[in-house]
Amino acid sequence: MGGNLSLAYLMLSAILFVIGGVGVLIRRNPLVMIMCVELMLNAVNLSFVTFGKMLDDISGQIIVFFVMVVAAAEVVIGLALIVAMARRRPGATADDLRALRG
Amino acid sequence: MVELVWLIPALPLAGFVLLLFLGRRIGEPRAGWIGTAAVALSFVTACVVFVGLWGQPEHTYELSLFEWIPAGHFSVDIGILLDPLSMAMVLFITGIASLIHLYSIGYMHGDSRFPRFFTYLNLFVFSMLVLVLGDNLVLTFLGWEGVGACSYFLIAFWFEKEENASAGKKAFITNRVGDWGFMIAIFMTFFAFGTVTYAEFLPMAPGLAQTTATFIALMLFVGAIGKSAQIPLFIWLPDAMAGPTPVSALIHAATMVTAGVYLLVRVNPVIAASASWIPWTIAIIGCATAFLAATIALAQQDIKKVLAYSTVSQLGYMFLAVGVGGYTAAIFHMITHAFFKALLFLGAGSVIHGMHEEQDMRRMGALRKAMPITAFTFIIGWLAISGVPPFSGFWSKDDILAYALHKSPILYVIGLITALLTAFYMSRLVFRVFYGDARWGESAEAELANLDAHTATADVDAGETDTHADAHDDAHSGAEHGAVHPHESKWPMLVPLMVLAFFAAVAGVLNLPFTEHLEFLNRWLEPVVGENQAHLSLGGVQLTVELLISTTIAILGIVAAYMVYLKKKVDPRRIELPFFANGWYIDSSITKFMGGIGRKGFELIALFDKVVIDGAVNGVGRATRGGAARLRAAENGYVRWYALMIGVGAVLMVAFVLTQVSF
Repeated sequence: MGGNLSLAYLMLSAILFVIGGVGVLIRRNPLVMIMCVELMLNAVNLSFVTFGKMLDDISGQIIVFFVMVVAAAEVVIGLALIVAMARRRPGATADDLRALRG
Repeated sequence: MVELVWLIPALPLAGFVLLLFLGRRIGEPRAGWIGTAAVALSFVTACVVFVGLWGQPEHTYELSLFEWIPAGHFSVDIGILLDPLSMAMVLFITGIASLIHLYSIGYMHGDSRFPRFFTYLNLFVFSMLVLVLGDNLVLTFLGWEGVGACSYFLIAFWFEKEENASAGKKAFITNRVGDWGFMIAIFMTFFAFGTVTYAEFLPMAPGLAQTTATFIALMLFVGAIGKSAQIPLFIWLPDAMAGPTPVSALIHAATMVTAGVYLLVRVNPVIAASASWIPWTIAIIGCATAFLAATIALAQQDIKKVLAYSTVSQLGYMFLAVGVGGYTAAIFHMITHAFFKALLFLGAGSVIHGMHEEQDMRRMGALRKAMPITAFTFIIGWLAISGVPPFSGFWSKDDILAYALHKSPILYVIGLITALLTAFYMSRLVFRVFYGDARWGESAEAELANLDAHTATADVDAGETDTHADAHDDAHSGAEHGAVHPHESKWPMLVPLMVLAFFAAVAGVLNLPFTEHLEFLNRWLEPVVGENQAHLSLGGVQLTVELLISTTIAILGIVAAYMVYLKKKVDPRRIELPFFANGWYIDSSITKFMGGIGRKGFELIALFDKVVIDGAVNGVGRATRGGAARLRAAENGYVRWYALMIGVGAVLMVAFVLTQVSF
């Protein structure tokens, strides 16, 4: 793999990360927000793999598995929260969670 | 045997707890017997421990029960230090306390709070034992506060009367001033030595910087002044007579008020390491108190007030002894004084009881026929305190005077004058109460009215005249229902009198000055005070002369009182000056000061407290609340806001790391 190709992967990763981050900040639908978080995580995964390849180090790829496990767990909780919220108040947005503020 | 020492304080504590919870149910008189038994058993234990202590090296035994306050380098154990000094204290405290408990069963008969009285008494004995047996300053302080609290409870025992309640408060507050000094001394001791345990810091005292030792000794002395009623904090003790008479005998004559003397004797290495003006101050304060209180006692009409001022005066002697380096003399006088003053108070209580709560000596007289046993024992106490050989007070007072002469002739002369006054005012009391004409019959009423008129014209403040008038009315109403019939008290009150009279007569054998073999107390206390005791080498001639002078002085005082009060050669009013009767106007001056300038000063301090201290505390609270109100705006509840903050935080952290790390 040439240096340019690696750079392209890193660029893609950065673009995906920014899309995800902006999504989290501007969208109000909780489901979309979770998806954006997933997007950010996977962007990071991509850069890990790329760096692992660049540095010829296997740990870059190992960490990806960790991240995927954590992401799966996080999604389970996130979706559970969203389902609970949707049942109680259908159509509620993330901003409506403000009511929970102390 | 000596291991049983923990039982000595534990028994009165058990009695206290039992009476506290079940006292009301147990009732009179069994509550009194339980209280008495607890203290009497404690005394028996003390005797057993005393025998065991002979076998210990240096007659010292230490027992650590458990750790009380472990805090870093500072640790305080509940431990017992049994050495010759505390042993001597424990023996006479428990012994006299048992007798006074027994006496109280008779004296408090019929009181509505009979069980509670014994509850307090047992708590007092426990606290006093903690005070003397504690192996560190903090534990001593605990006992010190305990006896102070019990003293307050018991002075104000009949709190239905306003003046009793305020006398209790006065004692408590005056003591607080002294306690402040004691606390500072404890802090300073820990600061200087890193420990407050006697066995650890006392041996280190000689190596202490003189300034530090002086400061600690001074602060301990302030504490001792408060507890032992010396100038200027003696004003509470005469008022403390508002309590029941057994309380006056136990707390305000025999035991608690001697705690200050005990403390100073206990820390004698610190006093030895301090600047030379500390012992001088102690001696001068003691001497001045002895003299001042003796002059006030000359002119008191209340039988208990005379004894109260006499106690202040005798405590002054003990401080004089401590100041001139006669530590054993101080302890010796403390023990003999405990015997004869407890005897005198209990005798006075018996008289008051027999006269139906009459305390004014002007309404007594010729009581020796009505109360032969009380009179006989009281006369022994009188001879002992007046310093007539061979009674105990003669030997102990003379011991102190010998040390005083060793230090300075001036102290000796003032001590002698005080001894003369002591003999005089005690003789006055005895002659007016037990001899002369009976002034309690109906025939005496006219004479009394005459006397009251005199008092009214004399310079006495209005309040006092009022009380006299009240008392006079009472006496009148009493006369209408038939005159007072003095009667002898019952056996629980007479047995303690007889036992105490025996010891008041013979306690001098503890420390006879003739040969070293006879100075039992000196040799017994050697391990505690030996190094810092002033050394007297009295030749036979000097000793004889001193003893003769003391005897002459005592007899002179008695003869003078005989001339004034029985032969009536001199008008008593030329001696009982209003200046003395009003206690040198010290109390009223304090009242005036506190009402005027003092109050303004304290209000200023209160203002400072309100504005600066409270302001600082409230300011911190207000600042926190104000800051929080502003910070709370950041917590607006929008998830995206939090996410943004996380992002900003991450960026900032990365930026920070990048500036710190160079690639």
